[in-house]
Amino acid sequence: MSGFDKVVESYEEALAGLEDNMTVIAGGFGLCGIPENLIAQIRRQGTRGLTIVSNNCGTDEYGLGVLLVDKQIRKMVASYVGENALFEAQMMSGELEVELTPQGTLAEKMRAGGAGIPAFYTATGYGTPVGEGKEVREFNGRHYILEESIQGDFSIAKAWKADRYGNLVFRKTARNFNPMAVTAGRIAVVEVEEIVEVGALDPDEIHLPGIYVNRLIQGTFAKNIEQRTVRKA
Amino acid sequence: MAMTREQLARRVAQEFQDGYYINLGIGIPTLAANYIPEGVEVMLQSENGLLGMGPFPLEHEVDPDLINAGKQTVTMARGASIFSSADSFAMIRGGHVDLTVLGAFEVDCQGNIASYMIPGKLIKGMGGAMDLVAGADNIIVTMTHASKHGESKLLSECTLPLTGKGCIKRVLTDLALLDIEDGQFILRERAPGVSVEEIVKLTAGPLVVPDHVPEMHDLD
Repeated sequence: MSGFDKVVESYEEALAGLEDNMTVIAGGFGLCGIPENLIAQIRRQGTRGLTIVSNNCGTDEYGLGVLLVDKQIRKMVASYVGENALFEAQMMSGELEVELTPQGTLAEKMRAGGAGIPAFYTATGYGTPVGEGKEVREFNGRHYILEESIQGDFSIAKAWKADRYGNLVFRKTARNFNPMAVTAGRIAVVEVEEIVEVGALDPDEIHLPGIYVNRLIQGTFAKNIEQRTVRKA
Repeated sequence: MAMTREQLARRVAQEFQDGYYINLGIGIPTLAANYIPEGVEVMLQSENGLLGMGPFPLEHEVDPDLINAGKQTVTMARGASIFSSADSFAMIRGGHVDLTVLGAFEVDCQGNIASYMIPGKLIKGMGGAMDLVAGADNIIVTMTHASKHGESKLLSECTLPLTGKGCIKRVLTDLALLDIEDGQFILRERAPGVSVEEIVKLTAGPLVVPDHVPEMHDLD
C-alpha cells in the first residue's frame, strides 16, 4: 500500500487490528451483497465479543450467521432476524444481546455516523418499544424520537468493482447497506469482484469515492441465494 | 365465505391508481402485483433499494445480486432504478411513496398496529415496517379478521408490542374492508357471501355499521 493505493493482498492483512469486543458494521441485505470472505476471515481468526451492526444476521449456514456457531457475537444491532434459528435461540436464551432497530433508522444511523452527525430525529418508532427512553420532540404537530448515529471500529462491505484508489461501483440490489456501512467504519475494509487500474472508471459512474475506503481486496464470491424464485417461461 | 389469499390480493390491487409508486409487504401484499388493473401503470418499490420491480426471473435470468425485500430473486421493470438503503428510506420517510400495503398481527381502533413480535414466542424483527407505517399516509393493512381460534385481531387496544402508533386508517381482512376514524372501525365493504353479523361477531373493537354495506366485486 502506498499513496492512495488501498489494495491489500490477503484477508489476514485486510482485517489486521480487529480485536475482541470491537464494533463491526457490515453491509448486505439477507445474503445479497455480503462481504462473505471477510466474514469467513473473522470466523478463522476467532475474534470474540463482537458487536455486529447489520440489517440481518445471515442464515444458519451463510453470512454473519456463521459467527453465531462459535458464539463470536456478543451483541447484534439488526432490523430483521426472521429466518435464522440459531439467532433466535441465542437471543431467547440471553446469550446474544439484540438491539432491534428499524431498517430505515439503521441505514440512517450508519449514514449519519459516517457523515459526522451524532443524532437525528425520526418519526419511525415513536410510541413503540423502539422509542422507549428516547427523547421525543414535536415538529409541526408530529412526534419524533431522537436516534443516535453509529460508528464502528471496523466496517466490512462488498462492492462489485473498484479501482486501486478504492473508488467503488456497486451492482444492482447488492448495493443496499454497503455504501453507508463503508462510511461509518473507522477502518473500512471493502472486498470486490474486480479491481481495475486507476482511471479505468468514469468518475461519473463511481457510487462511493475512495476517501471512505481504507483497505481493498479482490475476492471470489459464492453469492448464495436465500429464496430462489422463478417463473415459468 | 372468507376470502382466499388470491381474492384478498385482487381487492388490494383495486386500490392501485395509475402513476402510483407502491411498496408491497411480504405475503398477500406481494401477490397483489399479479392483479394490477388493466390500463393502470404502477411502479413497485422494494425497500432494499429497487424502484421498478419486475416479475420473478426465468430460470436463466436468476441473478443473486437482484432480490426483493423478501429476499426472493426478481427482475427489474422498464424504467427501474437502484439505490442504497439510506436513499430507499429517504423515499419512504419523506412521504414519496403513494401507497403502502403490509400485513399485521393486530390493529386497534386508535390506528395502532402490531406486526413484528410476539413476546416469548416469535421474534421476527420489524424490518422496514416501522419506517413504512411512520412515513406513509396511505396505508392498507391486510390480515385475517380473526385467529384460527376465533379471536378477533381488530381490537380496542393492541396487546402486542406496537409497530406504529395512530398511523393506520384502512384495514382489509378476509371478511371485510374497514376504515378507522375517530377511535372506531367503520365497516365499508363485506367479502362476497359474508354477513354483517359475522363481521360484527369477530370484531372486538368498536364498530360502526353504516345502513348499506356493499359486497366486494370482481374478485374472481
